[in-house]
Amino acid sequence: MHARLSFRWLIAAFAIVALAASAVTASAAEPIRLGAFLAVTGKGAFLGDPEKKTLETYVEKISGEGGVLGRKVELIVYDTGSEAKEALTFVKRLIEQDKVDAIIGGTSTGETMAVIREVEAAAVPFISLAGAAEIVEPVKKWVFKTPHTDRLAVEKLFTDMKARGLTKIGILSGPGGFDKSCRTNAMALAPAKGLTIVADETHGAGDTDMTPQLTRIKGAPGLQAFLYCGFGAPTSIVAKNVRQIGLGVPHYQTHGSASMSFIQGAEGAAEGVRLPAAALLVVDQLPADHPQKAVATAYRDAYTERYKEPISTFGGHAYDGLFIVLEAIKRAGGTDKAKVRDEIEKTNRFIGADGIFTMSPTDHLGLDTASFVMVEVKDGTWLLLN
Amino acid sequence: MSADFLQFLFSGITQGACYALVGLGFSIIYNASQVINFAQGEFVMIAGMAAVGLIDAGAPFVLALAAGVALTVVVGVALEKFAIEPARNASVVTLIIITIGASIFLRGAAELLGGRGFRSMPAFSGNEPIVIGGAALLPQSLWVLGVTVVIIFALGRFFNATMHGKAMLATAYNPVMAQLMGINTRLVLSLSFALAALLGGIAGVLIAPLSLTYSTVGVMLGLKGFCAAILGGLGKPMGAIAGGLLVGVSEAMTAGYLSSAYKDAVAFVIILVVLVVLPGGLFGGRSVERV
Repeated sequence: MHARLSFRWLIAAFAIVALAASAVTASAAEPIRLGAFLAVTGKGAFLGDPEKKTLETYVEKISGEGGVLGRKVELIVYDTGSEAKEALTFVKRLIEQDKVDAIIGGTSTGETMAVIREVEAAAVPFISLAGAAEIVEPVKKWVFKTPHTDRLAVEKLFTDMKARGLTKIGILSGPGGFDKSCRTNAMALAPAKGLTIVADETHGAGDTDMTPQLTRIKGAPGLQAFLYCGFGAPTSIVAKNVRQIGLGVPHYQTHGSASMSFIQGAEGAAEGVRLPAAALLVVDQLPADHPQKAVATAYRDAYTERYKEPISTFGGHAYDGLFIVLEAIKRAGGTDKAKVRDEIEKTNRFIGADGIFTMSPTDHLGLDTASFVMVEVKDGTWLLLN
Repeated sequence: MSADFLQFLFSGITQGACYALVGLGFSIIYNASQVINFAQGEFVMIAGMAAVGLIDAGAPFVLALAAGVALTVVVGVALEKFAIEPARNASVVTLIIITIGASIFLRGAAELLGGRGFRSMPAFSGNEPIVIGGAALLPQSLWVLGVTVVIIFALGRFFNATMHGKAMLATAYNPVMAQLMGINTRLVLSLSFALAALLGGIAGVLIAPLSLTYSTVGVMLGLKGFCAAILGGLGKPMGAIAGGLLVGVSEAMTAGYLSSAYKDAVAFVIILVVLVVLPGGLFGGRSVERV
């Protein structure tokens, strides 16, 4: 009886040692696992689709070139269908089932905000691809983001308006998280910039005609410029409506409109609209000594070669997110989550598609207004303003 | 001031006409089957997406529009044949849920086939606004209104002067009696889906230049059209038209005079008030509870 018991113990001990040994050998060859949850379908698909394609293009490329730290990179992508409530389910799955080393995603602000609590609790490095400033303000330990915030966009816009002597602004904003955050920032920044908001209108989800709101804005006393905060189909509808009622003041939109769909959808009504955008949007017009010229050109070529479709700046967010994580993993010498997080925070002068990133414990975005260029729609395409 | 009022009115009537066309589809299917077809908004989307896709592929404009509408009718009939008819012994609630499922399926299919972005269709007669009393009206709005009026008269004639139309009305009043009178009620059901899809399809190509087209464009239009149908009295075609115009105009006036933040709320409040005062809707008459 006694002998049998100890024999069992022996087997158990052997099994434990064997398991531990196999775990060690496995981790040496184990791929780096990156999880992504993106709005590949649904209303945010025009953002999520290029993001997914960008991640896939580069993960494939990097793994083909031997990976990072000798380990292959594995990408797991879930499609949220642009639903914030789905985002949380997928993030839980990425953390608990797929056991990813870092998470990229949250195409929209809504999807991102829905998962922050979960990511913070699980202590996984997380890079969001959504616009709003509230994602990284106040700073959350594990949360970073790559796209310019709407605050930077508004700052850039207001600087341009100010330079043209336009100080009385009418705002129209949509119902999305990005739209509202843009509006809030505009309201907050205007006094400091010496601007006055003379009209503040909104429209609902799925609205197909904004002429009543624009008529009100047109009637606002002293109106000198118009700003639309929003993205998707309404950007084009607003441009058409502005032309219809003849608003007659300079028309500004945000980087949410920085896609060819906006210009094409507006059928000529987008002419003269100014917006802040990533340098990527006008890569061919960048001067040769622009610091992002090389990175932007390489990204454009890699993407268009594989997918035979024009790039959008949204895919650039994913490019930056991916490389900031991979660079951090390289510097950390592995996928220890705490170390990777610390290294992401130390990102210094990383030249990406969206700008030049320098993060810090108080800045989990690392971009300033210099990362934006002002563009104007001219002859159906973007014209770089200086 | 009056120029502003006109501007709001133009916007409201154009929107209202769109809601009315969608609402008509709800009413027609409801009459034939008591089913509320939540894929009605998707009919609008399919026609717009298909027509824009064909125009981009180089098809002649008018042909693309016709093909878009025709495809929508085919989808409508297919929906009835393959999803509703096999389950026709199920309860009405089950059938309604089937239509919700169908709407999700159609949105997904449209996204796969038509892409995920949004696109615009060229307006039928250009984008140069017509200025009336200081308010700017797009020629496309006139198209929307004109075609809606034509449809109203055509439908009136169809229901009152043709055998099929009368059969549909008879089925709506009393399905069992209609069947006893030799009316093929299954055919009526197919016909109602075809007609609803036709209306949705026409609405789709008419408003695509205004609303642009993308896979989820029908969601909100479907909801507003449903409100229009409820407001006017479900199953009453003229009610759907009045309801649509009322919703559209009240939305525009609220956005224009009150605050755009309350735009949707006011439309829904009107619906609540009307339904409390007139439970059968504006055109519903008194509903009689049978025991």
